[in-house]
Amino acid sequence: MMRFMLLFSRQGKLRLQKWYLATSDKERKKMVRELMQVVLARKPKMCSFLEWRDLKVVYKRYASLYFCCAIEGQDNELITLELIHRYVELLDKYFGSVCELDIIFNFEKAYFILDEFLMGGDVQDTSKKSVLKAIEQADLLQEVRVRDSEEEEEDRGRGHPPYPGALTCGPQLPSSRRYRNGPPPCGVWPPRCQVGQLALKP
Amino acid sequence: MALKMVKGSIDRMFDKNLQDLVRGIRNHKEDEAKYISQCIDEIKQELKQDNIAVKANAVCKLTYLQMLGYDISWAAFNIIEVMSASKFTFKRIGYLAASQCFHEGTDVIMLTTNQIRKDLSSPSQYDTGVALTGLSCFVTPDLARDLANDIMTLMSHTKPYIRKKAVLIMYKVFLKYPESLRPAFPRLKEKLEDPDPGVQSAAVNVICELARRNPKNYLSLAPLFFKLMTSSTNNWVLIKIIKLFGALTPLEPRLGKKLIEPLTNLIHSTSAMSLLYECVNTVIAVLISLSSGMPNHSASIQLCVQKLRILIEDSDQNLKYLGLLAMSKILRTHPKSVQAHKDLVLQCLDDKDESIRLRALDLLYGVSKKNLMEIVKKLMTHVDKAEGTTYRDELLTKIIDICSQSNYQHITNFEWYISILVELTRLEGTRHGHLIAAQMLDVAIRVKAIRRFAVSQMSALLDSAHLVASSPQRSGICEVLYAAAWICGEFSEHLQEPQQTLEAMLRPKVTTLPGHIQAVYVQNVVKLYAAILQQKEQAADTSAAQEVTQLLVERLPQFVQSADLEVQERASCILQLVKHVQKLQAKDVPVAEEVSALFAGELNPVAPKAQKKVPVPEGLDLDAWINEPLSDSESEDEKPKAMFQDEEQRHTKPRAPEADEQELARRREARRQEQANNPFYIKSSPSPQKRYQDAPGVEHIPVVQIDLSVPLKVPGMPLSDQYVKLEEERRHRQRLEKDKRKKKKRERERRGTRRHSSLHTESDEDIAPAQRVDIVTEEMPENALPSDEDDKDPNDPYRALDIDLDKPLADSEKLPVQKHRNAETSKSPEKEDVPLVEKKSKKPKKKEKKHKEKEREKKKKEVEKKPSKHKKKKHKKDKEERPKDKRKSKKKVPPADEEAAEPVENGTLEEEPLPPMSSYILLAENSYIKMTYDVQGSLQKDSQVTVSVVLENQSDSFLKSMELNVLDSLNARLARPEGSSVHDGVPVPFQLPPGISNEAQFVFTIQSIVMAQKLKGTLSFIAKNDEGSTHEKLDFKLHFTCTSYLVTTPCYSDAFAKLLESGDLSMSSIKVDGISMSFHNLLAKICFHHRFSVVERVDSCASMYSRSIQGHHVCLLVKKGEKSVSVDGKCSDPTLLSNLLEEMKETLATC
Repeated sequence: MMRFMLLFSRQGKLRLQKWYLATSDKERKKMVRELMQVVLARKPKMCSFLEWRDLKVVYKRYASLYFCCAIEGQDNELITLELIHRYVELLDKYFGSVCELDIIFNFEKAYFILDEFLMGGDVQDTSKKSVLKAIEQADLLQEVRVRDSEEEEEDRGRGHPPYPGALTCGPQLPSSRRYRNGPPPCGVWPPRCQVGQLALKP
Repeated sequence: MALKMVKGSIDRMFDKNLQDLVRGIRNHKEDEAKYISQCIDEIKQELKQDNIAVKANAVCKLTYLQMLGYDISWAAFNIIEVMSASKFTFKRIGYLAASQCFHEGTDVIMLTTNQIRKDLSSPSQYDTGVALTGLSCFVTPDLARDLANDIMTLMSHTKPYIRKKAVLIMYKVFLKYPESLRPAFPRLKEKLEDPDPGVQSAAVNVICELARRNPKNYLSLAPLFFKLMTSSTNNWVLIKIIKLFGALTPLEPRLGKKLIEPLTNLIHSTSAMSLLYECVNTVIAVLISLSSGMPNHSASIQLCVQKLRILIEDSDQNLKYLGLLAMSKILRTHPKSVQAHKDLVLQCLDDKDESIRLRALDLLYGVSKKNLMEIVKKLMTHVDKAEGTTYRDELLTKIIDICSQSNYQHITNFEWYISILVELTRLEGTRHGHLIAAQMLDVAIRVKAIRRFAVSQMSALLDSAHLVASSPQRSGICEVLYAAAWICGEFSEHLQEPQQTLEAMLRPKVTTLPGHIQAVYVQNVVKLYAAILQQKEQAADTSAAQEVTQLLVERLPQFVQSADLEVQERASCILQLVKHVQKLQAKDVPVAEEVSALFAGELNPVAPKAQKKVPVPEGLDLDAWINEPLSDSESEDEKPKAMFQDEEQRHTKPRAPEADEQELARRREARRQEQANNPFYIKSSPSPQKRYQDAPGVEHIPVVQIDLSVPLKVPGMPLSDQYVKLEEERRHRQRLEKDKRKKKKRERERRGTRRHSSLHTESDEDIAPAQRVDIVTEEMPENALPSDEDDKDPNDPYRALDIDLDKPLADSEKLPVQKHRNAETSKSPEKEDVPLVEKKSKKPKKKEKKHKEKEREKKKKEVEKKPSKHKKKKHKKDKEERPKDKRKSKKKVPPADEEAAEPVENGTLEEEPLPPMSSYILLAENSYIKMTYDVQGSLQKDSQVTVSVVLENQSDSFLKSMELNVLDSLNARLARPEGSSVHDGVPVPFQLPPGISNEAQFVFTIQSIVMAQKLKGTLSFIAKNDEGSTHEKLDFKLHFTCTSYLVTTPCYSDAFAKLLESGDLSMSSIKVDGISMSFHNLLAKICFHHRFSVVERVDSCASMYSRSIQGHHVCLLVKKGEKSVSVDGKCSDPTLLSNLLEEMKETLATC
């Protein structure tokens, strides 16, 4: 079972953390700091596994990001490596050629995807398709409800009864999945590929 | 309206969203902390707003800040608010925040229970999903207990999406609430055959996780898993199953035999490295567990080793690493198979990756007499090349480990080993000086033949001590001087130039060494001194003897001034001694004999566990007092103990580093043998540690014929390489001799069949050690107990899950069924006590029974159709389980009484049986009918109470057409059927045959509840008997006490504390004297009659809580004195409180 997963940049900035064993803040910080130091100190040609405390750490670097999982003594390192890769693939599919900035600016989405993929430290679904489908539908629900509620508010403002059947004949999705909440205002979205995309084949 | 809307959206526009925050942080690289604290202030403002969208946005930002390391625990309550938002968009964010920052210490976490339960049963699968995901991160024992049943129900959800999540989270629930495992397991097992592959793999995951911790309980599942393994094509699932089998086989060897074939097939066929690796690992585990009784497992081992070799040779560092890792597992049981790949391992020692080199080092344990020197030589070259200190230290320990393993069994030449150790002292910046020192001491003490050589090396080391302890970064290595000084002192008789060594040890530079080393120096200076004196006196060279004494008298004062107490003490003591000797010498008295007597005797190593192993003689109670304890005996007691410890330390210091269990067992066996064969082993000696040198046994110890071809005295610091060469020569010679002998033998035998001479294939056994060393084994007390078991860690969280799953489920183990909160609150004591007024109240009981039966049925379905005779209600707060025997005895109680035996109030049940109580009060009575009543309110309806009237027919007439009517007051009215006037009565919906009772309920509408009041009323009915029918009437007064407006509501202590702090409550108190009832019963009485629940109870003080139907909080603090009880109350309405207290006073007065 996985104990936790960390994503951090080469500069040692934490980008995502998921703890599958409830841990106090203080302990978390200590572990993150320690582990980051150990992993960042490793040379590129070194293998992806290391023994740390009583855990095994499996990490992999994709472009500027380190994906780092701590697993228990009996777990299979190679399958964990595959799992990291699978997660990166999922991110890639969802964001469409994912880069570090995608994860920074949409960190909650990255979490949602991770939550659909892993739960309580175990793989929830081994099929990429069904994970993406689940996340897509949850997003759809979010869209619908957001739109729905907005319309509801409008309707109420005009004194009309709420728009009936909004859930069933839901409004059209925006064609671009990428900027789900609408594209960011001009010029504020950081240029892409600035830090290098998370190449799938590192 | 429109304006408000526009204003709202403008407000929202100005709020920072997450993107703005991230961007802002990136733009404020210099003053990030300041910027963020500003943002947190903004967020705090946003959280104060009512708009849930704004709150969710704020919480989302907080989650981001939490990742950056900021504390957001203060917002826990806001997170819960967002979690409970009805919109999925916000709920999702709330749960995400919760899963990121909640942990067991978060105090508001218990407030989420109901919200989570609501979300779990939400019609939208994504609501449920998001709740499950969140819960999996922060589930606590309380949450697990309260929600276990809900989650278990979800395991059979129609949607596989929910099923798989529910299955996965069950593992977390089991960990936190082990009691749930048995009731939930049958369903979990079912999921192994779920049609959805995702659910199936989730179930496999959970069961494998469970089985890995406590495999013996899952053996019965082996056939099922075997089927899955041979049918599944999903590698993720296969890996889990194979891992599970790895855990099961040690318990069931037959399983192992069955497994080998499919596993080897998989190894041959799979292309997935992860699966291959898992298979190899499991095969290794299986083979280890079946080390005997497998006919041809060498083929499987060969296959594994072959595949691992492929992995190790792969260019992928990861595979190389894992290959080496797996190889080291094989090494433990099949060292020969690994040794065949020694070339590969040595090659890996040159790898660029340090972690791979370290793994390769592990494999070097598989050394033999033949290759030890070669391997160590290789390692020594790595020591010189190694860059990082960690790797070098690792090499150093490895060298020492492989040389010292199994009691130095692979070392054929200890001189070589000593010189290796000496070479290692030249390492810079190692932390392992003490390790080298320990080895030196150990070898010098245990290998008698080597002492002369060791002493010469050590004296050289002492001579060049300035090199060893020169620079500060070499401080670690100066530990070896400790060993050197001790060896030179203890075995000074072997010293060639004792005088020179003595001078080396008295150099002023020595005072810069650490204190404990100086202390050893001082002590051993005297030993040397004694040896020199002896030598000089035998040579009758008195002037030289006096010179030595003079030297000591001159040099010792530098130690007397030491800051280290130990050094100071020893030095001043010895200085006095030497001065005394000097005086004697001046008188020409021979002193050498006496001085050396100080150090007569020899020290033997004692096994690390020797003290523990001394069996306690029969009839000796170590804890019993020998004499009555003196009142002030501490100081006397301490002394002998301290002395004893000192001695212990001294003896145990020179011992081998940690030895593993197997090795210990082996050694123990060897020692037993040795002891049995050794006639000089003093079997009943109280302290076998010391054997005097002049004891007769010593000459008989088979001490060594040292091979003279090895020069004993190597000038200066020798290189270990020399020894390698010498050793080779020696072996060559040995071989030649042997061959000669063989040839002679063969010639003598003159047999026709000629075997090939084994000239160049020497086996391990052929190599005779250069010195037949007498390895003194560690001393152990006689009849030492052979057990070496180390108890398992009692804190292991998985131990609680060690539960036998095949036993049928007992009733007591069922999961607490969660009922709607109202059901629980209305479960006030009256209902449960109904059977006590059984005759009068048939109906409510029936109702309750029905209700219970429904639940029972539901339960039956859930718990695998196990018979459930009686259901255990667990009160929410009833944390303490009642003892089992009590439960059993309850089972025997006839079913009619069962309900009566149910918990009455929170958690104080086990103390003593409660006296029978009933809240039904007599309303009115005549020869025909008896009326008792009770008033109940409900939190849902703030101005309604229900009056339950039990009507009991006391006559032999048939009562019918009953009608109840009251005179309404301004404040209270009877709710009459629609269309009837205020003067009409309400018909009772039943008739009463003779001797029968039944209950009717009437609803009253109440305006104000702060005062008690009475309503006059009449019951009219027709009594019919054989003589005819009469119209009868019974008047009554219905009393609405303030208590009757209260509803038992549980309250958590923290919420209670908050309530009290809020300061909105007015206070009042009463005191009642002459109470004889126990506090426990008293509380029960208050709980029961006044509808309070105990929040907290400490000794004879308890806080209680209740709530009125109109939402007034009532808090009580009940304190019991000798014969009195005082009740302090706080309530949001002062009138209500004072009335309540008055009523309570009446109740208490009867106690």
